[in-house]
Amino acid sequence: MTATLLDALALLGNFDHRLLEIVGLSLRVSLSALVIGALLGLPLGAWLAVADFRGRGALIVALNALMGLPSVVVGVLVYLALSRSGPFGSYGLLFSPAAMVVAQSVLVVPLIAAVSRQIVEDAWKEYAPEFSVIGIGRPQAVTLLLADCRFSLSVATLAGLGRAMSEVGAVMIVGGNIDGYTRVMTTAIALETSKGDLALSVALGIVLMSIILGLNVVAHGVRCWAARRYG
Amino acid sequence: MFPLRIAGLRFSPEGRAVLDGVDLELGGEGITVILGPNGAGKTVLLRLLAGLLPAAGGTLAWGDSALPDGRLAMVFQQPMLLRMSIFTNVEFALRPQALNAAERRRRTQEVLERVGLAERARDCARLLSGGERQRLALARAWAMRPRLLLLDEPTASLDPSATDQVERIVREIRTEGAKVLMTTHNLGQATRLADDIVFLAAGRVQEHAPAQRFFAHPQSPAARAYLQGELPWRIAFDR
Repeated sequence: MTATLLDALALLGNFDHRLLEIVGLSLRVSLSALVIGALLGLPLGAWLAVADFRGRGALIVALNALMGLPSVVVGVLVYLALSRSGPFGSYGLLFSPAAMVVAQSVLVVPLIAAVSRQIVEDAWKEYAPEFSVIGIGRPQAVTLLLADCRFSLSVATLAGLGRAMSEVGAVMIVGGNIDGYTRVMTTAIALETSKGDLALSVALGIVLMSIILGLNVVAHGVRCWAARRYG
Repeated sequence: MFPLRIAGLRFSPEGRAVLDGVDLELGGEGITVILGPNGAGKTVLLRLLAGLLPAAGGTLAWGDSALPDGRLAMVFQQPMLLRMSIFTNVEFALRPQALNAAERRRRTQEVLERVGLAERARDCARLLSGGERQRLALARAWAMRPRLLLLDEPTASLDPSATDQVERIVREIRTEGAKVLMTTHNLGQATRLADDIVFLAAGRVQEHAPAQRFFAHPQSPAARAYLQGELPWRIAFDR
């Protein structure tokens, strides 16, 4: 075990080309999914927080349930959608990084939307009377609330990045884990461990854990800074 | 918008009568203070006027109209402040009005100067003290140039100095032509500010009189008991 750990540290210390390539692709795919997730999830969550329509409760329950959507299920659904006989088969995205971005976006959008819905709704309950007297309409309220809750929402967004980076099932199915093309950290760890190349798995695991830990440090820092700066 | 005629106004959440037929007529000038014990329905009355609660019955007539003309502002006991600058906390309230950005900035700057917060315009609003928060909320309402300003216990939990500053601002707003309708439990404040008093108890207006006359010669038994600080006033009144 010590030898494996030393080998893993050596890979990290030598900036192993293969390792960097996998980490780079992971970051590109997950950050792209995060951008899509934030662009769709934040407005969706904020709109749901202030909207008033029949079926809103059911939609919230559904959204909350989708937070726990198994990634392999998402993988299968996206696979079916992107496969040659599927509705988006003509785009030829299956087994490409783009397909992985789509799959991770599907996982991240409900998470960001559900968490931001709760955050914005709490603020909306507090602000609604004054907004109403001032004459702020719901579309304008969505914009103001997103701006007002920006620090809490940034934490929700970082949680989305954590979800994207750590999932394995969906990207394995729609990406195919092709060496040098669609192999990301999680799929590489799964594969290399089964092959017995534990050093690379451990090295990737250290990088992955460091990123997740770093995200949590950043999230905590943002909250503390915002509380001091903005109350 | 004025006179504001309130007739038979009722509010009964879950069958409990909070307002049980309020009749009141208010002119468009001066400061009217609503007095009454806790639970009398003072805040509910303001919220009904602001359109924040649905009435169970009765009518509101704003001059010749059934609706206010939009020039209505309200300051709450705990004002809402966005996690943004003091300046933005005033300026955003002008966005629904048909004003260009330059005019919104000018008005915001003007009211912040008048409430003594202009030099701190870029500071974060949520870090203000209680008195400063209330001054900011008043500045926001003032910037909207309301015809009717509703104030719900604006100095509750403020120290005498902060209370004095708030009262000065309220007088200035009144001087500029806005009608002020406010609630308070502070009888000294009512004496200092009010042109007329509405005394509300048991969900109804028990008395509406010029302030001097109300404090010197309250007509209703409930108002007399309230001013004398008799705790079991409600029991006596109900009897």
